[in-house]
Parts: sequence; C-alpha cells; structure tokens
Amino acid sequence: MTATIEPEVGKSRRRKEDARLISGRTRWTDNLALPGLVHMAILRSPMAHARITSIDTSAAKEMPGVLAVLTGADLADEQGSLPCAWPITEDMKSPNAPSMAVDTVNFAGEAVALVVARSAYEAADALEAIDVDYEDLPVVLDMAAAVADGADLVHADLGTNTSATWVFDSGEAGTGGDVEQAISGAEVLIERTYRQQRLIPAFMEPRSVVVDPTGEQYTMWSATQIPHILRLMLAMTLGVPEHKVRVIAPDVGGGFGGKLQVTPEEVLVFLAAKRLGKPVKYTESRSESLLSAHHGRDQIQKLTLSAKRDGTVTGLKVELLADMGAYLRLVTPGVPILGAFMFNAIYKFPAYRFVCTNVFTNKTPTDAYRGAGRPEATFAIERLMDELAVELGMDPMAVREKNWIKHEEFPFTTVCGLTYDSGNYEAATAKAMELFGYDALRAEQKQRRDRNDPVQLGIGISTFTEMCGLAPSRVLGSLSYGAGGWEHAAIRMLPTGKVEVVTGSSPHGQGHETAWSQIVADQLGVPFEDVEVLHGDTQSSHKGMDTYGSRSLTVGAMAVVMAADKVKAKAARIAAHMLEANEDDVEFAAGGFQVKGAGAAAKSVSIQDIALAVFAAHDLPDGVEPNLDSEATFDPENFSFPHGTHLCATEVDTETGRVTIRSYVCVDDIGKVINPLIVEGQVHGGLAQGIAQALFEEAVHDESGTLTTGTLADYLVPSAADLPSFVTDRTESPSTTNVLGVKGVGEAGTIASTPAVVNAVVDAVRHFGVSDIQMPCTPMRVWQAIRTGQSDAGGLGGEAGGGLGSIDSSGGAQ
Amino acid sequence: VIPAAFDYVAPTTVDDAVRALADAGEDGKVLAGGQSLLPVLRMRLAAPSTLVDLGKIAELRGIREDGDALVIGSMTTHYDVQRDPLVAEHAALLAEATATVADPQIRHRGTFGGSLAHADPAADLPAVALALDAEMVVAGANGRRTIPAAEFFVDFFTTSLQAGEILVEIRLPKRTGWHAHYEKFNRVAQAWSIVAVAASVRVDGDSIAEARVALVNMGATPVRATAVEQALVGQPATAEAINAAAQHAAEGTSPAADGNADAEFRQHLARVLTGRAVSAAVGA
Repeated sequence: MTATIEPEVGKSRRRKEDARLISGRTRWTDNLALPGLVHMAILRSPMAHARITSIDTSAAKEMPGVLAVLTGADLADEQGSLPCAWPITEDMKSPNAPSMAVDTVNFAGEAVALVVARSAYEAADALEAIDVDYEDLPVVLDMAAAVADGADLVHADLGTNTSATWVFDSGEAGTGGDVEQAISGAEVLIERTYRQQRLIPAFMEPRSVVVDPTGEQYTMWSATQIPHILRLMLAMTLGVPEHKVRVIAPDVGGGFGGKLQVTPEEVLVFLAAKRLGKPVKYTESRSESLLSAHHGRDQIQKLTLSAKRDGTVTGLKVELLADMGAYLRLVTPGVPILGAFMFNAIYKFPAYRFVCTNVFTNKTPTDAYRGAGRPEATFAIERLMDELAVELGMDPMAVREKNWIKHEEFPFTTVCGLTYDSGNYEAATAKAMELFGYDALRAEQKQRRDRNDPVQLGIGISTFTEMCGLAPSRVLGSLSYGAGGWEHAAIRMLPTGKVEVVTGSSPHGQGHETAWSQIVADQLGVPFEDVEVLHGDTQSSHKGMDTYGSRSLTVGAMAVVMAADKVKAKAARIAAHMLEANEDDVEFAAGGFQVKGAGAAAKSVSIQDIALAVFAAHDLPDGVEPNLDSEATFDPENFSFPHGTHLCATEVDTETGRVTIRSYVCVDDIGKVINPLIVEGQVHGGLAQGIAQALFEEAVHDESGTLTTGTLADYLVPSAADLPSFVTDRTESPSTTNVLGVKGVGEAGTIASTPAVVNAVVDAVRHFGVSDIQMPCTPMRVWQAIRTGQSDAGGLGGEAGGGLGSIDSSGGAQ
Repeated sequence: VIPAAFDYVAPTTVDDAVRALADAGEDGKVLAGGQSLLPVLRMRLAAPSTLVDLGKIAELRGIREDGDALVIGSMTTHYDVQRDPLVAEHAALLAEATATVADPQIRHRGTFGGSLAHADPAADLPAVALALDAEMVVAGANGRRTIPAAEFFVDFFTTSLQAGEILVEIRLPKRTGWHAHYEKFNRVAQAWSIVAVAASVRVDGDSIAEARVALVNMGATPVRATAVEQALVGQPATAEAINAAAQHAAEGTSPAADGNADAEFRQHLARVLTGRAVSAAVGA
C-alpha cells in the first residue's frame, strides 16, 4: 500500500456486473435447468368478476406429458392467504387472498387452474383443454361509484368496497394548524381534482420461479426483489418451517417495485413442486406479466390549497381515493400512505390534512411502483403550485421560492412532523435555471404565442423532494408496517486478502456489486477488483430486508461500512502485535496500519497481511480469536430526503396535439455520491419512467374489466427514440444522518419528472383556456383540450389500438 | 406464450413452396419473415397446421429493373429495401416509408411481401404500394397472375390472394425524379401509425403535374386520397395550395375508433398530415 492511493468512492467506474447482464451470460431464473425439471402453466380468468360454477380438467389430464392439473379447490386446504404486511388501520378490511381462485374470481387474470407437464409446450397445450364455467357477477371498476351507497360489492362478505380510511391531520397531531380554519379564512383557494392513471411496472425480465423440493430444504429461485421477505412469508403463509426454505434471487432483470411481492405464482410453484416431489418451473409470458403482476398508481386526488394573495401558502387538504384492485398484496394499502408526508413537499405549509380512502375494485391488485406514493404527492403539489401562480399572476418559480424551506432553516421539521436533515433548494434551482436558459425560453414562448405559432412552447417546473431510504424501524412501527427497516451486511476476509461482502440488499439492476466494492475498497484499503459482493441467497446472505424504496445505499451500504469498521477494529489489535506497538498507538490510514506519527517510510501492515496472519494463527495476541470476519445491522434514525429542481420545455403541435420534449434539465441533490455513472443511469431511467406516466403509459380496462393494454404494442413503454437528451447536474448537500453523507437516488427521477412534463404541456396551451389535461397527455387529449378549451380533457386517448390490437379483434391474420 | 404445435417446411423454390402450401390444405400458412405471424401464433390467436417458410427461396429475394418497372422480390427484407440504390432512385417513397417500419431488428427480419400479404390497415407499406400503383405477382397451382394494388387489399388483414397462392414479387412503375414523403403519426417510435400519409408527387416547373397520395389506418384497407390527388394537379407547389387540396383528404373515409383516436380525430389528422406530407415532398 502506498500513501497516494486514489479513493474509489467518487469514481465513475463502469459496473462490474454489466458484462454478464447485458450479454445474457448470467443465469436468469428461466435459464435454470435442474435434473427432472417439469414445467407449469397457469390458466387465468378472462372474467373480472364471476362465480366459478364448474371446472372440467378431465381432458387436460389425459393430454400428453401432463403430470398434474390442479384447481383452487384442490389447493384450498394448503394455499393459505397471500400476505399483506401493512394493515394501515386496526379496522382495515382485508379479503382472503388465495393464490388460486377457489369459487370466485375477482379480477381478469386471476389464476383458476394450473397444469404441470414434462415440457412447457405440453403444459401450454393442456391449458386449452380445461373447461371452466363462470356465472357473471357485477363488475366494479370505478372508484367513486364503488364507495357510493348501494354500490355493487367486490367482496360481498366484507359488506363494503372501502378497505380503510387513513387520516393525518396536523392540527390533531400537534405538528401544525387546523386546515379547515386555513381554508375558511383563505384569500385564495385552489381546488383541483387530479387523476393518477393506473400504470404497469413493466420490468424487462418477466417473473420466473423454480422450486426444487428434492433436497433437505425446499429451494426456490425467483426473479424477486425480496428473497429474504419472501422466505419468511412462505414460511408464515404455508406453514413450512422457515429453516426448511432457501430462497435465491439470482440476477434479476428489473423490478421497479413490481417484484416487491409475494406472488400467487411463487406459492403455486411451491405447492406443485411439493405435491409432485419434482422441481417445477414457471415463467410468465409478457402478456401474463402485464395482466396479472401487480399494477401501480391509480388514485383520484381531490385537493384544496389555501393561500394569501402575496403567494404565501396557508393550508393544504388532500382527499384521496386509492384503488387497491381486488386484493391487498404485500404492501398495497400502505403505498398511498407513503405519499401522506410528501404533499407538503419543500413548502412551509402551516396546516395540513390528508385523508385516504382505500377502495376495492375488480382489477389487478395495485402495489409498489417506483416512487410508491411519493410521485402521486409530488405531482399534486407541483401542479397546484403552478395553478396558484397562474391564479395570482406570479411566475411559478417565484411562488415556489416564496414558500420553500430556506437552506439556512435546515434541519427543518415539517407540518407532517418529519425532519428534513439537509438541502439547498436555492442552489439546485439557480444551477438548473442557468442550464435551462429559463428567461430565453420564456421570451420565445411569448413570441410564439404572439404570432399564433402552430407549435406552442411550454415550460414546466418541479422542485421536488422525497423521503426514501426505507426506513427507521420505529417509524415503520408507528405506521403499523409489519416489519423493521434495518439492513444487514457481513464481511469475510479470505486468507489471500480478498474480501467477500455479504449484503442483505438484493440488487435487480442497480449496480450494488460495483458500489459496494468501491466503498469496501476504501474502507479496508484493498483493490476494487479484490472485493466480491454476495447477495440474494438466503443461505449465503442469511439476513436482510432487500431492495426497494431507494434504501440500498442509505441503509444497506451503511451496514457494510459498520461491518468494515468492525473488521478494522479486530485487525487493529493484531496489527499492533505485528508492529510491536500498543494498540492505542496504531492507526489505519491509506490502506494500512502504522504506528501513529511514524512517517510514510515506516513499516505498515495491510489488511491482507493481517488476513494471512489470522489464517495461520501462529502468532496472535493472547485471547484474540483468529477471525476478522464481522457483521453489522444498521437501522437508520431518519429517512433520506433527496431533492432537486427539474425544468422541462415542451413543444405542443396545436394541429395534432403531439407533445415533444425539447429540453429537460435536472439538478438533483442526493448528497455525497459513490459512483457518478451509476447515479447518472438511475436519473436517466427514472426520468424516462416519470415522463412515461406523463405522456405514454396507461393500463386501460374496458367496461367488462378486460385489460385492453395487455401487450407492449398497446401499453406504450417509451424507448430512447421517444425521449430527449437529458441535461443532468448535481448539487451536494450531504445527508447528516449517515456517515457516508448519501441520500437515495433510485426513485428521484420518476418522482420529479411527471409534474414537470405535465406543467409544461399545460403551460403551452393554457392560453386556449386549458388548465389541466389528464395523463397520459396523448395527442388526442391535447388536441381536444385545445379545440374545446376544456379544463379537464379526459376520455379517449389513453388506450392504444392498431397492430396487434387489431389482430386481436379480427381473430387472426389472413 | 407458446404456439400450438405445427409442421414446418422450408422449400427452396417457388414451385416447391406452392406444392407445399397445397399439400398443407386449408390450415397451411406462409411464413415470410414472421414479424407479425409469430406473435399471433404465440398468443394462440391462430393455429395453422403447417408453416411454409419462404426464407430459403433465393429467387424471392432481391431488387432488379425491368424496363419501366422496378421489381422487388417478396422476401426482400425491409433493411435491404431501405438501403437499395435502385429503390432510392425510382421509388423514393418506398425507401422513406420502409425506414420508419418498427425498429432495426424487425427491419432485418421482416419482408416487403410479408407486410403486404399481412394487410394490416395500420401498417406502412400497403399504403405505399397503393400510392405507387404497385402490381402484385402471385404464384399458385395454376401458374402466375398479376393483381393491381387497388384490387389486392380487400379488408382488414384480407387480400385477394387465393388459397394456395404465394406473393412472389412486387412490380413498381418507376417514379424517377418524383418527390416523395411519408408522414407517420404514432405515439412512440415503434408503434403502429394512428394515421400516416404516403405522398409521391411529380413537379413540372413550379406546379404539380401528378400526385399519388395514400392513407394509412383510415379504413379497413389503405385508402387512395383521390380527391386530394385531383385537387393538387395543376396547382403551384406552394404550402397554401397544398393545404387547400389536403382539406379533401378525409373525403369518403370511415376510419375506426380505438384508444388512440376517434374517427373525427383521425379525419382531422388525415387532412393535417396530408398537407404536411405533400409539402415536405415538394419542399414547400
């Protein structure tokens, strides 16, 4: 080790995992082949709500290669109910949630039968031979209608479509004033209703599960974000002893919250493998994934903002309807609640009330999707700030600046009782405005309006913050969540000085292996290449809370740092012995242990030297265990609060309604950065996903509850060709709640970008009398809004057709 | 999803292919690149008993001149059409439209003839064939016959190809020196057109001498905008004159409504996009 070693943290290293991921050399779950492996296929209900009157499996059982055909009735005694870990209120209504419908189907796509066969082809063939008779039940799709008196019921036994009503009131909580008082005394009131359309996570790798029941333990491989939680939940749901279950998440191709789930398919593969005594594999098709993997968003937001005429906000009232779909999955009810603390955002609201009503419908269950609750909140408040600016004739940035928390006011306790540890909204905004060329764009906007240009220009702002790094266990407890928010890590020092880092975080594309290697290289003074990161297998990584909510770095990497500290503490004693010095006189610097003040030329022992000495154990101090390995569990004391200023310029073709993003500038403040290249990737992908909500994506159901956007020809995920070149930059206000100074970045781009884009679209056409356009802002919706000057252009425009959709309706090609 | 079982044959001559298709009977299906057929099979929306793959028939690939015509083998890939110098010179509209078909992977697999025979009203190339007065040469058990494009497209996904017939080549009258533009309107780059307009125009001096305009997704088949064509002839090649002619674009059309557009929006788009297509073609 030399004293001039360059720190790894802060380097834009290319990700060490990418070669195997991109080239497909890795083993995804579906690539696994085990001796005697058999294949499962699932028959799904085409009906959104129906009673199953009969299922005839006799023909399917006679098909070639078929080993078993099972229905919900066959599994009723052993399948249990899929877990919901977040009972948000004591009186929350939660229906029984079988993995396979037994007598009633509650959404189109619900499993009604399964086939296990020698090959996937034979299983698919046999599905077609199963005959199911259904008796129609009334289909409940609209949330507002679902909560009205006398509504048809999704679950008759619950007696209501309302699952729970959750309230936060700053007056009652003592964290702020009474919002009704603020509203009744308001100089200005902005009242709006916004719709968060239903989205589909649409991860790249479809979900896949293999269960091998032939060993002493059941081994499950699953394309999941949460191998540790999955193991626990399998044990609790199916009554299998926890130590008899091993779960492996091999390389996983994306999740975005969509694989933060204990799925019916995982349970069904487990039960089929157990029953047959053979390893069983199930891999969903893309259409099955779009149809039955959980969906996201889907809220109606009724919003009331009160303010003074000078632009100072005085109160905010939020009344949500949140669509649960047909069942409560793992964290379904809590998703809108994660937004409860974010509607006030970066602004100093003195009074706030949030009421969320969770509603059942006959649709695919919703659950976490990138941002989970916070994009909805950010959209609402950032749209409202623009509306307030228009109402007052102020510049939208000036309204924000008047109300945001000044940088010298940190740490700042909000009207929700959260303490934002650090931030500098002024700095991020100043940098973004300069990069964007705000004033020049405003001037061009005026020129285009004045000359009635067919292409109008709009400018959208989003000065967002979010809470991530889930989560302090005590806070989760206070929100009735079923688990803690800690993370675990372990470090193993190998005799040759190489390092194995075991992490409880479970990567599915984020780049943990690279970032953790950079951190550990600096912590222990070893080369980046000498660090191997082990994850995703409950056997090697025995303890963890997995990856979601932008938690890996702020929580998971902190556990790694703590474990490294313990390794160094153990090593220091041995180093002192090797240096023939007192332990108190030895320090670790620049990758080695030295006697303090001995100078650069003095003898130094590296962690590698010590690892070998420990392995041999010939000459250790008395009473010292021959072991440097250490583990640590970190429970954060606070959330992480990244923020940033996002600016979007859109060109709206008033003749066709087409929206084109001309420029997009974002300056994010995520504290200290481990690897700027990974951050860049997270921001770009996040922006794409947020822009997709604004302009492209929507899960649409027809009046019978059939998903009409069931292929990627209809559910429009944008590609690079549909997006602009992003201008990204950063400011750096280190977090004060972790020693790395880091904040989360995984969801920031998604949370921030949606309102920036919609604000820009509305800004471009506001002079036609338009004050809102429903998402996604499709050409038809925008054209209709311009033509009619209507304030809320909804209706047609979200769905897609043509192409494969047309093939569908024609029943096949000529 | 996984297709139902089928037999697969890959003949190496057109004669063998015609025989194979006849042998396959009613449930035989031609595989001509597979970019539309395979998704249909995988979703089990179709279950042909036999697939006759034309991919190994060398004589169906390639582009050649034949007097006043350009002759394109039906199994020529989009990629080969897109970069062919003869196509660029004599059928600029085809080159431009082909470059907008789906994405590079699909353009390397999909074929010109496959797209025409599939006859998706939202597809790009049927309208181009119609605008360019293409003739389809088809082979069957009784030999070959030629079908004009105007008679080829019959309905949604339906052509006048008879059972047992195979599209072997497409003859395009040379439009050397014509100006062309394909104006495509879709929501994301890889999506089908909501509406698109294929325009090919001959300019003589400052005025429009001849025009061929066809519309995508404005009905069950591609539609010739004959009223626009007539209105353009003799007009100056100016934006004003072109836009006036383009107002006729939706005449006689009855487009479908879907999630992207109702009929009224489609008709509006047809007018706007026709103006843009012709203007872009002539540089007005």
